[in-house]
Amino acid sequence: MTQLATQQLTREQYLDLYYYMQLNRQLEERMVRLFRQNKIVGGLYSSLGQEAVSVGTCYALEKRDWIAPMIRNIGALLVKGVPPRDIFTQHMAKYTSPTQGKDGTSHFGDLKVRHIVSPISMLGDLIPVMTGVAMAGRYLGQNIVALTWIGDGGSSTGAFHEGLGLAASQRAPFVLIIENNQWAYSTPVSRQVPIQNLADRGAAYGIASAIVDGNDVVAVYQAAKEAVDECRAGRGPRLIEVKTMRMRGHAQHDPAEYVPKEMFEYWKARDPITLYEKYLTENKIWDAATKSEIDARIERELDVEQKFAEDSPLPPAALAEEGVYCDNGCHKIEADWKRAKSEVTPPKSSIDPTWRLKDLPAYTQAAIAGGNGAKNPAQAAATATAPASASSPAIAKSAVAPEPPAAKIPPTPAAQAAPAAEAGAEEPAVPRVPFGRGPKDKAFRQSPENPANKTYGRAPKAKSFAQNPQEKSFSKGPRNKPFGKNAQGKPFTKNPQDKQGRR
Amino acid sequence: MSHTAPNLSSKTVPTSGPITMVDAIRQAMFEEMERDPAVVAIGEDIGVYGGAFKVTDGLLAKFGRERVIETPIAETAIIGAACGMSFLGLRPVAEMQFIDFIACCFNQVTNFVAKSHYLWGAPVPMVIRGPSGGGVHGGPFHSANPEMYFVHTPGLKVIYPSTPSDAKGLLKSAIRDNNPVLFFEHKYLYRRLKEEMPPGDYTVPIGKAIVRREGRDLTIVSYAAMVHTALEAAVQLAKEGIEAEVIDLRTLLPLDKETILASVKKTNKLLVVHEDTRTGGIAGEIAALVFEGAFEDLDGPVARVTALDTPVPYSPPLEERFLPNTEKVVAAARELAKY
Repeated sequence: MTQLATQQLTREQYLDLYYYMQLNRQLEERMVRLFRQNKIVGGLYSSLGQEAVSVGTCYALEKRDWIAPMIRNIGALLVKGVPPRDIFTQHMAKYTSPTQGKDGTSHFGDLKVRHIVSPISMLGDLIPVMTGVAMAGRYLGQNIVALTWIGDGGSSTGAFHEGLGLAASQRAPFVLIIENNQWAYSTPVSRQVPIQNLADRGAAYGIASAIVDGNDVVAVYQAAKEAVDECRAGRGPRLIEVKTMRMRGHAQHDPAEYVPKEMFEYWKARDPITLYEKYLTENKIWDAATKSEIDARIERELDVEQKFAEDSPLPPAALAEEGVYCDNGCHKIEADWKRAKSEVTPPKSSIDPTWRLKDLPAYTQAAIAGGNGAKNPAQAAATATAPASASSPAIAKSAVAPEPPAAKIPPTPAAQAAPAAEAGAEEPAVPRVPFGRGPKDKAFRQSPENPANKTYGRAPKAKSFAQNPQEKSFSKGPRNKPFGKNAQGKPFTKNPQDKQGRR
Repeated sequence: MSHTAPNLSSKTVPTSGPITMVDAIRQAMFEEMERDPAVVAIGEDIGVYGGAFKVTDGLLAKFGRERVIETPIAETAIIGAACGMSFLGLRPVAEMQFIDFIACCFNQVTNFVAKSHYLWGAPVPMVIRGPSGGGVHGGPFHSANPEMYFVHTPGLKVIYPSTPSDAKGLLKSAIRDNNPVLFFEHKYLYRRLKEEMPPGDYTVPIGKAIVRREGRDLTIVSYAAMVHTALEAAVQLAKEGIEAEVIDLRTLLPLDKETILASVKKTNKLLVVHEDTRTGGIAGEIAALVFEGAFEDLDGPVARVTALDTPVPYSPPLEERFLPNTEKVVAAARELAKY
């Protein structure tokens, strides 16, 4: 287990982490029993073995921050203050559930109090949505951080990449947790992507990333806390890959027979709750009495919550027709401004709408010489392996992007509110080809530095299409015959009958 | 650091005299962004360049980079981010450079944006706007009318105006609406007609059709560019003694059933004209509505003039064959009038 270095937790916080992980597990164990009693209406997805990821990451957030959970992040919902009854009633499709039975599982949200965006089943879509949440929070001066999770499987979607690209270009205060639980339904990670660490995907967007042992709740918390703090200071976005294991099938119907037995055994020995119990005991943070006290409290609470859910009615059928549109004043939409509106209103918001050289770093010698961060030595560090034992470093930094000058801005709401495009204010240290003179300069023109002199493996210029127009007439057929005629030069007609009389 | 480019985009909007649909939409954007700092614009090339059709020209100069957000070419990210912004009470207006590209973010629009309010009570007050429609030889990927995918999606509202003043008034209503609204701008109409704007901060209500021409013999229901085709046809028909009533739907979802039914009950004949393809076009839905609500009043079959069931072809003679035109509308109306 990770020894705490900088972020020292209080005893209460250590016990909180245990409480939420155990609450998460016991809640899900109860739901498995309810599923077997046919009291769960649809599917049931287990986060057994992944509790440390949901709890450790969400615990690093503040009340004002926003999350969007995935199906296996029930622990995060609990940390955000969602009562267990909401999760029971959602799964049991009850009228008392947050969606009143319109959707199930963890598909519900809370815009006003807990700041939770509901997920949808299509993976990856939450990433651009939470990027937008982060951008809006910055715009309104709220100094919030938005966080969401994606599986190893979901990291292959287009929405994942579009969202990360936008988050990076906007420098949004957004944290993405890649929850690598080794399996996308029945497909192992190695059959999805030919790279060892999904954290490497951050480097492609200039997003600093880290790799964490996902079964070590303190390590997960620490990594998340650091990422959240960085984002709040205006140095987002951040990416964290947590390595963990899905200990059940995709859902209850799936016995996961495709998972080798040895793999289950390996990860069972690294169960996050068992490991954390040991850690608490060894560090004398608790004793047996405290543990049984917390466990008993969880049982008590869940008894009440489960009974509430089981006693709740199903929704009235007429509800199906309601709520498609937000009309007739059902919701009041009002932004919570934490900065002066005048800052974003003319004349104060007016700017000179031009691109400047500093916006165009491709016009530098660094770019010509193959810059764009490719030589960043930090990338070489992106070779951390999956946690093999408890003694290996639990957090491995990887691929720290070249720090944008925005990093020097102190972490104030005003600095966060600075428009992203203005953030890259300083010029790069490398000398730049003088604008307006570079391409005309004779020495530069002839030098191999000149991009025009690079061939990029293309064919010699003499063979380009432009040099031989007569061979490439697009209005003629392959043998200089106009289209629309057959080989005899006659227009195409119907296919004549062959000797067998077939058409 | 000296500037590298001339001041590309700091134009203001004309304040008096007749203006084009492009300027009417720009005016709506300027006025709404001035009125409410929660309104932001997001899309590709909408800032320095002012948008592919210059609809957002001048916005960046006035409102700055925080409110005129230029994005990578990533439609799913644009819609997703706009949706996320709306959860915090902003009212983003997202531009599709061509509305054809909305296909790239279909999932985000239909599964996330459209369903949020119904499923978990989260209103999504955002607008998705973009140039649509054919007649300008844009080819199969720059001429589409994809409105019916979204008319078939509960939770969205779909607007498709035919005049500059309607475009301005409806866009303002769309921005102020608490629901996700798709706003189609027919690019054939962008600069072909001019109109004086009504004075002041006026809006046009969503979900209300308008009778563009009164008539007693038959009803022509249409929207967007085809309204003008229908009106031309009505002039020709009048010379033959056939008085056509022309209804401009303006909003496709929710559909103004009352106006359609009232007109059909008066004229007893219905012709629907649209530029969208035939199968699954809104003509089928309107026909069903009339059968349900005015069957006894009909004196003839419900007729329709639509585009062909093909992609939009590129070459002028092919596209002309594809699209409805005045002659096709007149011919269909003449047949219908015989009943």
